[in-house]
Amino acid sequence: MEPVAFVVLTALAVVSGVVVITHRNQVIAALSLAANLVAIAGFYLLLQAQFLALLQVIVYAGAIMVLVLFVLMLLNLPDEARRRGGGRMQSGLALVLALAFVGLLALALSRGTAGSSFPASDRFGTVESVGQALFTRFFYAFEAISLLLVVAMIGAVLLAKRRL
Amino acid sequence: MSSLNPQWLLLVSAVLFALGVVGVLTRRGAITILMSIEIMLNAANLAFISFARVHDQPDGQIFAFFVMTLAAAEAAVGLAIVIALFRLRESTEVDELNLMRW
Repeated sequence: MEPVAFVVLTALAVVSGVVVITHRNQVIAALSLAANLVAIAGFYLLLQAQFLALLQVIVYAGAIMVLVLFVLMLLNLPDEARRRGGGRMQSGLALVLALAFVGLLALALSRGTAGSSFPASDRFGTVESVGQALFTRFFYAFEAISLLLVVAMIGAVLLAKRRL
Repeated sequence: MSSLNPQWLLLVSAVLFALGVVGVLTRRGAITILMSIEIMLNAANLAFISFARVHDQPDGQIFAFFVMTLAAAEAAVGLAIVIALFRLRESTEVDELNLMRW
């Protein structure tokens, strides 16, 4: 069951990721990114991170993607024009470097020790265990990130508003 | 994960990260570049959660949680900048944004 799910999710994640970075219509790219995010939520479920999988679907595929789609449809952008001249060379170079990067990481992974496959503890990945860590050891980081969200919200309003 | 080797998940994470890098380097639309950054952040999250599972510790999941929050803040500010740019230039193509070039 798990290998099948893994193959299906990998195919979905990679194909939707390629569509995001190649499609000229940005609305289709955004919808494809939503599919990509849902596939990653599936990976989280395979890794028994149930709470994070839920957050991924609700916050990422839900809230953030709606924001992106909203802006795309608000601006009503034309399809991206094709690159000419120097842009093509840049694209080719980017592709070569990305392939080299993946090859290097794959080499490192193949040489690393195999990860353990012992069963996770019962509480692993539940709201309880994540929440407990969040409000004890990571309490100050949690408070700081809430401050960051407020600052980002004020910044977004200030930037996007025509005049205050 | 009885039969699933975490190295395969890390490889998927590496491939997704590389896809995001290619997107940032090759695309011209500002919003597409933002979406490519989201792909990279998600690839990092996938690696974090794989390691959380390998070590049976919630720390990696907490990190992924923080990255998600950061991505929300980044998307909000980034899209606000894109809207402001569109108002100024009627375009979101990054090649045309050279006001700060000296």
